[in-house]
Amino acid sequence: MLDVADLHSHYGRAHILADVTLHVGRGEVVALLGRNGAGKSTTFKTIMGLVKPTSGSVMFNGETISGAGSHTICQKGLGYVPEDRRIFTDLTVMENLEVGRQPEREGAPAWTVEKLFSVFPNLAEMRNRPGGRMSGGEQQMLTIARTLMGHPSAILLDEPSEGLAPVIVEQMAQTIGALKSEGLTVLLSEQNLHFATLLADRAYIIEKGRIRYEGTMADLAADEEVRAAYLTV
Amino acid sequence: MGFYFAQFLTGLASAASLFLVASGLSIIFGVTRIVNFAHGSFYMLGAYLAYTLVDAWQAGPFGFWGAVIIAAVAVGFIGAAIEFLLLRRIYHAPEMFQLVATFGVVLVIQDLTLMIWGAEDLVGPRAPGLDGAVEIFGELVPEYDLALIVLGPAVLGGLWLLFNRTRWGTLVRAATQDREMVGALGVNQSWLFTGVFFLGSLLAGLGGALQVPREAVSLLMDLNIIAEAFVVVVIGGMGSIPGAFLAAVLLGEMNAFGILIFPQITLVMMFLVMAVVLVVRPWGLLGKAEAAARPPSGAAEPPLRVAGGMMRWLAMGGLAVLLLLPFLTDEFTLVLLIDIMVFALFAASLHFIMGAGGMVSFGHAAYFGLGAYGAALLIKFLSMPMELTLILAPVIAGIGALAFGWFCVRLSGVYLAMLSMAFAQIAWSVVFQWYEVTGGDDGLLGIWPSEWASDKTVFYYLTIAVCGGGIWALRRILFAPFGYTLRAGRDSALRVDAIGIDLRRHQWFSFALAGMFAGIAGTIYVFSKGSVFPDEMSIPRSVDGLIMVLLGGVQTVAGPVVGAASLTLLEDFISRLDYWRMMLGAVVIAIVVAAPQGIAGAFLQLIPARWTGREETA
Repeated sequence: MLDVADLHSHYGRAHILADVTLHVGRGEVVALLGRNGAGKSTTFKTIMGLVKPTSGSVMFNGETISGAGSHTICQKGLGYVPEDRRIFTDLTVMENLEVGRQPEREGAPAWTVEKLFSVFPNLAEMRNRPGGRMSGGEQQMLTIARTLMGHPSAILLDEPSEGLAPVIVEQMAQTIGALKSEGLTVLLSEQNLHFATLLADRAYIIEKGRIRYEGTMADLAADEEVRAAYLTV
Repeated sequence: MGFYFAQFLTGLASAASLFLVASGLSIIFGVTRIVNFAHGSFYMLGAYLAYTLVDAWQAGPFGFWGAVIIAAVAVGFIGAAIEFLLLRRIYHAPEMFQLVATFGVVLVIQDLTLMIWGAEDLVGPRAPGLDGAVEIFGELVPEYDLALIVLGPAVLGGLWLLFNRTRWGTLVRAATQDREMVGALGVNQSWLFTGVFFLGSLLAGLGGALQVPREAVSLLMDLNIIAEAFVVVVIGGMGSIPGAFLAAVLLGEMNAFGILIFPQITLVMMFLVMAVVLVVRPWGLLGKAEAAARPPSGAAEPPLRVAGGMMRWLAMGGLAVLLLLPFLTDEFTLVLLIDIMVFALFAASLHFIMGAGGMVSFGHAAYFGLGAYGAALLIKFLSMPMELTLILAPVIAGIGALAFGWFCVRLSGVYLAMLSMAFAQIAWSVVFQWYEVTGGDDGLLGIWPSEWASDKTVFYYLTIAVCGGGIWALRRILFAPFGYTLRAGRDSALRVDAIGIDLRRHQWFSFALAGMFAGIAGTIYVFSKGSVFPDEMSIPRSVDGLIMVLLGGVQTVAGPVVGAASLTLLEDFISRLDYWRMMLGAVVIAIVVAAPQGIAGAFLQLIPARWTGREETA
């Protein structure tokens, strides 16, 4: 469903991504693992058109999307949940959801505000609260809900567990599991291996802008050496 | 009692147009991050269009109000077209380029208006049905004023509904905060931007159209209103529409009551109000502190290079040519060369705070003018000799810059640009209105150099010594620890503060220093011309300085000199033509779109670094 091939990207002269290739199949949850600064967020931003790739291609549902504007990519059904949440702090929960609203599309799970509130019950109790007055966990829920309002068929989920309390992380894992069972395709970036293990079918490991490992979650769990080389701090 | 109430109502009525213009400016800035200098031109266009339409349709079915609305909508479309054709190309350019490009639009619109409607002030008819007056507490209040008093809050309410009760408004508010994220959520930003520009321009056009029955329509409307709108936005808080309303009312009332004491006091009061607001609430009455800007993606600015090798020889050669020129050319050329050197120093002083300090002053001509007027007044009233004024007048300019700079360095980015421009406009107004001392529009005449320097050739050498020396001194400071600190502060204020440097103090002194050097340029200028007029400290003069710096390239040390020479020669050539402002405006726009690095900057890109000097980082 999502095919990234030989993606290169630069910030100024700094070469951030080199030859990133990955594949996510329909209905799959795939984890992109790596340490801080390995290039996870840049990979996502490049797929999403927020950073222009210097070369390489991104295909989504059989269409080339690299080079398109981010709003076009979103309208094709690829949702993006940024790492630092980027909630509109001046807007209420309902207004934040409104910004994310797009027409429904075929072949993707459809969402309504009420349906989202059943997945994220916390949000239902604070419909008119400004985004700036929510806790980190609540904001993380809202940023996912906001993206789902665009009825994506796949989402890029950038470090959803970052900065959250362990109990919230567990809750987050359950929620994402629920999204998966709705049929949503997920590419997830993580530093938290445990969190990824709860959700992902397969994993890629990125280090210094290059993909270093590819395999099923079970393989990775068994491979002490790879984990030590690329993941443990 | 009745009189004061009537005066209060007048204040409210004049606040209405100001609010419309300022809110439009605020909305456009909020989403596009562009401070639209041409916003005042939209206001002016609204007034001219309404004048023509009212004239044509007065008796027709559309009538006065139809004309006003059509004029406003037309201006909205003009604004949207300018956004679509020009601004879209420069959204990623540094903000000072955007400001200068929109000033290019100001110039073009000014000459177009002159072409279509002529130079005469036009007096429009009164609004039919509202041309009488109502007696309130024994005072006559124009009915039209009452209509405006109602209209202001009505528009405020309408905007509130638009922004809080519609999807479009929600998207605009979201984009004001994080437009990239709005794009990633599937919203086409381009159309959102164009829509916002349409709305903002429409509000400016409406403000202008509504003024037709109240004041004569003139070509001065654009710069007058934009300066006031900047003040309103700085006081009210950028991006806050209720803040703009509050500040507009405050300003309107201040004018209404200040004028009872004496006209000039309104300017002083405006200054004081701004001062108090900025000290107590640096982001305006209802504004919010800017969130820390996201670090720009893309290449960092290359460091300034110390001139070396070839460049040094080039400078020496240039100096030698300058010294020999009096033997080769006529007096006319010398006068032009003196102008070039004066403006090279002026541009270099602006470059000093812009390039190294990262502070874009839109009112640098204030200090040029303070130097010029300082010298002229010292000669007129104290009969000082030229030699002494050459020292004292720049000190006066420096003191002025010290006072204005204290406020300016508290802000950054576009806020600083707007505030510095507002100060310059205040200084200009004082000079323009204080007839007894400054001669107002008639200027001060007969300011000639001392006997020994009265010969053009001698004065030419004096100019080389003073301006060349000034530029050399500025360069030295740029490559001294003080200059390093400034540049470090430009790149990361937080880090500089964290290593224990009082950045604001450094910025303040650099602002004053730049003002002083601009004052030196102004002093030489007044002696070379023998006279000084308020134009020397007007907005166009400030923008001249900016254009020179941009022409030359901000991040090159030689830039200001190249830019000053290019612009002075260009202006000397085209100002002989009709409608030269339009051509200048077009040139400015073309440069910003085509060569955002400026002439010298683009040239430096073409030649290898080893020719021009070593990279400082090496």
